[in-house]
Amino acid sequence: MRTPEHPAPLRTAVVGTGNIGTDLLLKIETSPLLTCVLFAGRRAESPGLEVARGRGVATSTDGIEAVVEAGDDIDLVFDATSAADATRHWDLVEPLGLPFIDLTPANRGTFCVPALNLEDCVEEQYLSMVTCGGQAAVPMAQCITRVAGHVDYLEIVSASASASVGPASRANLDEYVHTTEQATSEFCDATRTKTVLIINPADPGIVMRNSIAVSTTERVDLDALRDAVTTMEKQIRSYVPGYRVVVPPVATGDRYMLTVEVEGRGDHFPRYAGNLDIITCAAVAAAEARAGRGRS
Amino acid sequence: MSGTLQICDTTLRDGNHAVGHQLGAQDIGAYARAAEAAGVDVVEVGHGNGLGASSIQVGIAAISDAEMLRAAKAELRRSRLGVLSIPGFASIERDLKPALDCGVDEVRVGAHCTEADVTRQQITMLRAMGVTVKGMLLMSHMASAKKLVEQAQLMQDYGAEAVVLMDSAGAYTPRKVREKVGELVDKLDIAVGFHAHNNLGLSVVNSMTAMEAGATIVDVTARGFGAGAGNAPIELVAANLHVEQAETRISLFGALDAADTAEERFVKHVPTNDSVTIASGIAGVFSGFAAPVRRAARRFAVDPREILLELGERRVVAGQEDTIIEVAMRLAAERTPGDLPPHTSADHI
Repeated sequence: MRTPEHPAPLRTAVVGTGNIGTDLLLKIETSPLLTCVLFAGRRAESPGLEVARGRGVATSTDGIEAVVEAGDDIDLVFDATSAADATRHWDLVEPLGLPFIDLTPANRGTFCVPALNLEDCVEEQYLSMVTCGGQAAVPMAQCITRVAGHVDYLEIVSASASASVGPASRANLDEYVHTTEQATSEFCDATRTKTVLIINPADPGIVMRNSIAVSTTERVDLDALRDAVTTMEKQIRSYVPGYRVVVPPVATGDRYMLTVEVEGRGDHFPRYAGNLDIITCAAVAAAEARAGRGRS
Repeated sequence: MSGTLQICDTTLRDGNHAVGHQLGAQDIGAYARAAEAAGVDVVEVGHGNGLGASSIQVGIAAISDAEMLRAAKAELRRSRLGVLSIPGFASIERDLKPALDCGVDEVRVGAHCTEADVTRQQITMLRAMGVTVKGMLLMSHMASAKKLVEQAQLMQDYGAEAVVLMDSAGAYTPRKVREKVGELVDKLDIAVGFHAHNNLGLSVVNSMTAMEAGATIVDVTARGFGAGAGNAPIELVAANLHVEQAETRISLFGALDAADTAEERFVKHVPTNDSVTIASGIAGVFSGFAAPVRRAARRFAVDPREILLELGERRVVAGQEDTIIEVAMRLAAERTPGDLPPHTSADHI
C-alpha cells in the first residue's frame, strides 16, 4: 500500500497504441509518480506495441477488455483511441471507479487544461484533455480575454505535420473542431469562437503552430497582454519545454493576434511533432497531480 | 473530348478570394441568374476557402454562408448549387447540415493532395445522406501522378462520384496536366475534373488539355475572377468549346453575358499576371496568398517575391496565412539586423 509519505507510482493503463498512445507511454516512463502496467490496443501490427515490449511493459491486443480484466491492478486509465471508442470505453471504466483521462475529442468529461484548471478538476473521475490545439492555444486565448475583459470573436488556427497526425485523429476532425470550440467557450469570455485545423504535408515536418486571433471593441493594454503571455509561456514550459511564443501579441485596429510554436521532446516522433507532446504532457501532468495529492 | 462535359462555375466561391470575401447577396443573386441562363451545370458559392472558413486567418466574409447560399439558390433552376467543404475548416454539424438546408445540391469535399483520408468522415456521411459528393485534391502540383491516383482512389472508395484536381497555385504546365489527369482518368472508375489557375498564363490551355486527356468536369470563373492571377475564364473556355464543337450545356453567348455581368457588378480588377502572381506560380504557393503577401511586403518593406519563394520552400498550404507575417518579419530582420519594433502591427489580420 502506498502512503502519502512514500507513494508508490500510480499504476496506469494506456488504451490506444497509435502516435499519441505511444508518445504518452514514453512520457509516463520518465515520470517518478507514474508507471505503465498495461499498454493495450487492437492492431497486432501497431509499432507502438513493439516499443512497449522493448521497455518491458505488458501489452495486449484486446483493447479495453484487457484493461477491464486487469482492473484490480490499475489505478488510472488513459484513453488514446478515437472519439467513438473512448465513449464506449468510458461506459466500461466508469463502474470500476477508476480515474479516466481521455486524450480523444470524445468530449464527455470535465475539461482539463493543466495551465488553467488543474487544481479544480483533479478530483474528477473523467478528465477530457480537450485536443492538442486546445492544450496549446486555449491558455493563450484566455490571456487575451482576461486582459481584454471580453471579446466578440476568438479564433484558433492550429497546424501540425502530416506524419504526426494518425488515422484516429484524421477520422475525428469534426470532433476535434467541436471539442476545441467548446473548451474555448468554457475557458474564455468570447461571444463567438472558431477553430481551424490545418494538416501540413511538408517533409521534414513543420513545428506545430497555433495562432490565436480575436476581435474586440474593448481596448486591450498590449503591455499587460505581453506580460500575461510571457507568464503563461513560462508556466506551460514547465511541463512542455519546447513551448514558445514566436509572434508576440500584435494589433491592427480592433484585432489582436499571437502565434505559439510547440516543439516536442522527440520521444516517439521527431521534435517537430509538438502536437503529441502538448497533449501527452498535459495528460501526464493531470495524472501526476492525482498521484501527488497528499504529498509535499 | 468525349461525353458531355460538366462546367462548374466557381465565380461566387473562388472569386471571393479576389475581393477579400466581400461578395454580397445582390451580386451573388445577379450572377447566379446569369450563370443559370448560360447553362452552367454547377454554381459553386461561398467563402473562398469554402464552408465555415470565414475567419481572421483567411478573411472574414461580408455575409454568412447561409445568406450566400440562399441568394444563389433563389435564382437557380437547372443549374445545381454547389459548395466546397474542407475538413478542418468546415464540419458536418456546424456547417454542412445548415448548408444542405439552404438547398445545396452537391458538395465537393477538399483536402490537401496528400491528405485525402481526412475527407472520409464527410464523404461517407454525405453519401449516406444521399447528397451528390465529389472529392477535391488541393495543391495537386505538389504530388506525383502515382500519389494522386492513390489519394483519388481513397476518395472513390469513400463514395465520391468524381475527383477534381485543383491547380491551386497555378503551377501546372500542359505537359503536367496531360500526365496527371490522364493517369487519373485511366485508373479511376469515376469522373475526373480540373480546376485551373492562371499564374503562368496557362489556365485556358490547361483546361482544354485536361479535357483532351479525359477530364469531364472543368472549373471556370467569369473573367477569370479568382484567387491570385485568377482562374480559367468562363467566356474563353466556352469560346474554345464552341470552336471545338464540344458537347456541353453551356451557351456561348450566355457565357459571354455572364462574364459581362460579373465585370459590371463586382469584378473590380480583371485578374492579370504581375511579378507577384508569377512568382507565386513558380514557387508553387497557393494563389490566395497573393493579397496577404503584398500587404506583408509593404508593411515590412521586403520583396514580395522573396516572401513567396521562401513560402514555397517551406511548402506551406492553404490556411497557413499566419506564416506570411512570420516570413516577412524575418526577412526584414535579416536585412536590418536588430530587434523588431515592439507591438509590430500585423497588416494581414
